[in-house]
Amino acid sequence: MKCSLRHIILLFLLTLSFVAKAEEKESLDVKSFIFGHTGDGYCFHITEIKGEPVCVWLPVIVHSKETGWHCFSSKHVCELQEGETYQGFYIAPMTDPKHPGKLVEVSASGEVTRPFDLSFTKNAFGIFLVCGFMLAFFLPAARKYKKDPMAVPSKYQGLVEWLTYMVLDGIISPSIPKSKVPKFAPYLLTVFFFIFFCNLFGLIPFFPFGANVTGNLSITLVLALCTYVAVNVLGNRHYWKDILWPDVPLFLKFPIPLMPIIELVSTLTKPFALMIRLFANILAGHIIIMVLMALIFIIGGMYGAGLGSATSIISIFMMVFMTALECLVAYIQAYVFTMLSSIFIGMAQEGEEEKKLVKS
Amino acid sequence: MELFLPESGLMIWMLIGFLIVLLILAKVGWPMIMGAVSKRNQHISDSLLAAKEANEALAGIEAAKEKAIAEQQAEQIRIINESQELRKQLIEEARTEARNEAEKMVADARLKIQKEQTEAMNQIKAEVITLSVDIAEKLLQRELADKDAQSRYVEEILKENQPHIEA
Repeated sequence: MKCSLRHIILLFLLTLSFVAKAEEKESLDVKSFIFGHTGDGYCFHITEIKGEPVCVWLPVIVHSKETGWHCFSSKHVCELQEGETYQGFYIAPMTDPKHPGKLVEVSASGEVTRPFDLSFTKNAFGIFLVCGFMLAFFLPAARKYKKDPMAVPSKYQGLVEWLTYMVLDGIISPSIPKSKVPKFAPYLLTVFFFIFFCNLFGLIPFFPFGANVTGNLSITLVLALCTYVAVNVLGNRHYWKDILWPDVPLFLKFPIPLMPIIELVSTLTKPFALMIRLFANILAGHIIIMVLMALIFIIGGMYGAGLGSATSIISIFMMVFMTALECLVAYIQAYVFTMLSSIFIGMAQEGEEEKKLVKS
Repeated sequence: MELFLPESGLMIWMLIGFLIVLLILAKVGWPMIMGAVSKRNQHISDSLLAAKEANEALAGIEAAKEKAIAEQQAEQIRIINESQELRKQLIEEARTEARNEAEKMVADARLKIQKEQTEAMNQIKAEVITLSVDIAEKLLQRELADKDAQSRYVEEILKENQPHIEA
């Protein structure tokens, strides 16, 4: 008890020094602080040593309508002073109303436009990190299984097996007709583990982790698009008949195709909801943690270092709690996305087997 | 707001990365894991079933064995009882036979004794008759005056014939 009390006092004093240091600088721009960390970025910011940022510079790949393809290290654009450009490009400040924090191009006429941006950003890095991790995690197990399927599984294989079957038996099998499980299970398993690992890696606050991948709309949009394709393109005839000619009274579908329109819109809203749910949940979690962090410096800036460090104790406890909660959310959101995807896919695959049963 | 606008560049990277992982894992990842696990599960359940059947068969054999043992024991008891009965019967038979034989022998002996007795009697009778006749003959041959002399004479004759009688 005495020991833990001493630790708390030590923590208090430690934060005091940080807050005191922060106070010396100009007051924190909370908005750019939060969205700079939760959003995408052209470089992987690690820390600052003596005012110099320590970053991992990522490649910038842009296509300008006027000057064609450009490929350079983000070091050149990140370190620009205000008003300077590199090859006609610069990163708009977070306060910019049109493209905050994005790479923009200044044309010869002085017009500021957004080029086609294929930069390998922080989130792209995060995506490929997770992809590499997944391959490194699952492929050795698959190879072991292929080599000797009857062998007693090792502990590592047991872990892979447990994770796989947790998803397969808990989410996929109950929602999809049994004969269609081998067709859709690979996609759903990949989606589950991709989201799950992205969420978890996003919570680890240091390089090479920490990219807020699933809290980015572009990523969830692609995932939702994949589910949309899996549901609608691979859906069976019965499913499409139910959409275009549902079992409702004729006046609801004949002169004005009211129900078909509603059904068609509902096919779009389902993946849309998936996209927003995942994005919003993960982004919110990151923002809460960032806000709790920023709170220390806000209070410290407003009322002095003493109150700021008093806040820091509460904030740190809250942040520990929130991070623990986010670990849970990481799993739950991966679970929900996969479960809903498999239910939608399952709904688009049903019907044919029932028909066969009725016929026989 | 910028946050809610999807970035085409990031979407392309995401599509590339995700599809690569999906293709690789769908080709050589998940099917191997799922296939091997279901194969192993099948193997395990088959083995369990086989073990159960073997156990049942074993139990059947055990029961048959016990039944056979019980049958054997019953047979044994039956045979023992039968043999005891047989023994008793044999003893009884032997006893009766022996008794009959003995009775027969006794009867035979009695008959023989009787016969010999009769024969002896007859012989004695014959002897007595011969003796009497002899005595009478001698008496008749000698005319005796007195009675004393007569009885002495009878005794003399008897003495003379003593060995003859004893024989």
